[in-house]
Amino acid sequence: MRLLAFSTRNSREILRDPLNLAFGIGFPLVILFLLSAIQANIEVEMFVIDKLIPGIAVFGLSFISIFSGMLIAKDRGTSFLMRLFTTPLSASDYIMGYTLPLLPMAILQIAISFIAAFFLGLPINANVLLSLIVLMPTAVLFIGIGLLTGSIFNEKQVSSICGALLTNLSAWLSGTWFDLNLIGGWFKGIAYALPFAHAVDAGRAAISGDYSSILPHLWWVIGYAVVIMVIAVIVFSKKMNSDKL
Amino acid sequence: MIAIQTTDLTKKFQDKTAVNSLNLSIDQGELFALLGVNGAGKTTTIKMLTCLSRPTNGDAILLGNSIVSNPHAVKEKINVSPQETAVARNLSVKENLELIAQIYGFDKKAVDIKVAEMLTTFGLTEVSKDKAKTLSGGMQRRLSIAMALISNPQILFLDEPTLGLDVIARRELWTAIEKLKGSITIILTTHYMEEAEALSDRIGVMSKGKLKAVGTVSELMAQTNTKTLEDAFVSLATKEEVD
Repeated sequence: MRLLAFSTRNSREILRDPLNLAFGIGFPLVILFLLSAIQANIEVEMFVIDKLIPGIAVFGLSFISIFSGMLIAKDRGTSFLMRLFTTPLSASDYIMGYTLPLLPMAILQIAISFIAAFFLGLPINANVLLSLIVLMPTAVLFIGIGLLTGSIFNEKQVSSICGALLTNLSAWLSGTWFDLNLIGGWFKGIAYALPFAHAVDAGRAAISGDYSSILPHLWWVIGYAVVIMVIAVIVFSKKMNSDKL
Repeated sequence: MIAIQTTDLTKKFQDKTAVNSLNLSIDQGELFALLGVNGAGKTTTIKMLTCLSRPTNGDAILLGNSIVSNPHAVKEKINVSPQETAVARNLSVKENLELIAQIYGFDKKAVDIKVAEMLTTFGLTEVSKDKAKTLSGGMQRRLSIAMALISNPQILFLDEPTLGLDVIARRELWTAIEKLKGSITIILTTHYMEEAEALSDRIGVMSKGKLKAVGTVSELMAQTNTKTLEDAFVSLATKEEVD
């Protein structure tokens, strides 16, 4: 009951912010349609819909970090979280309450991107559903990043870190906008040391039916998601018990 | 019966002692005001008593439960209206009240009854569907106090409840607080002497982390040989520096 009440409140706070909806759903769709239009005029292999859509989905998911991080930072900044810390809510209620509402939002966000992609020629088959499932660890990763940044930084800093840095970092290093092999070298090395390119490659492998290629990429994402989530939970719990929120 | 008993309650931040061996006893149903200049230790005391900050030394027993060894039991019996209004901005007035009632474990029927009661008591019925962020400062304060009261707390902490309010809004809040007197124990921190004088049964004056004096307004004036509470406060708050 307590957890449900807190989760419902968090969902409402996020969904009632029009900027969240505009950026979280609108912006990735605009990019999807723009790149598809480019592809229609000049053939770019990267922008063929079945290669493009996993990248767009990962890009869209990066906004989940902003939702989560901004909400927590706002709750800290307005003392709302301090008020809640004097109630009988437990540490797990907070962690779950800030995490759970974002999972259905992530699924919805990916689903909307895929539905838009159907209109742009993406074949409707079971691999699309598999791709959606494969992208879930990426959603958890971005939720964890939001929880972590929201626990440490203020609203303005979260906006800069998640809004500008993370979305760009995850976009440029994901292999969505250009083939990472074109640059190669250290750039490709960094990209594949981070989880974003692996997330896109795992999604692409699922859509193309190349099932054996999914797990090698997915392990990277799962590893990062687990590590980030554990760090986020530790940091949040420490904040709960510290004198400074 | 005693609602709050602190024993050598102390909070240190590195080399600074924010609250120094506070020994205080507050009766059930009493409205106790904590007065002090900025940095006197009022908010740190409230934070310790509400289990937000762990004491460095000492303890406080709230209605039989220790803030150190049993904070969860303490949290079930108290509620707080923080210095900032601390409301969920995108939730309506009604939803804010429902949220707190649900967090304290009320069932749906009880939630509905308590929400209706708070809306009426604090004159919030007309704005019940408005989002909290659209309310005026005074209305947000009312909502904040209603959120603190909806859980039927036995001890209520009001940290600077009228800070930043205009005279009318402040008087309206005083009326609401006065109605609560006697039914629950209230700890009020404030900068306003007239507020402490109008509302409190007893006043504690803090300075540099220490409790300088405790008593009724007339007791404090007699103790300092002054004619107003403000003069008594200045005398007590600056005593150490003069010494």
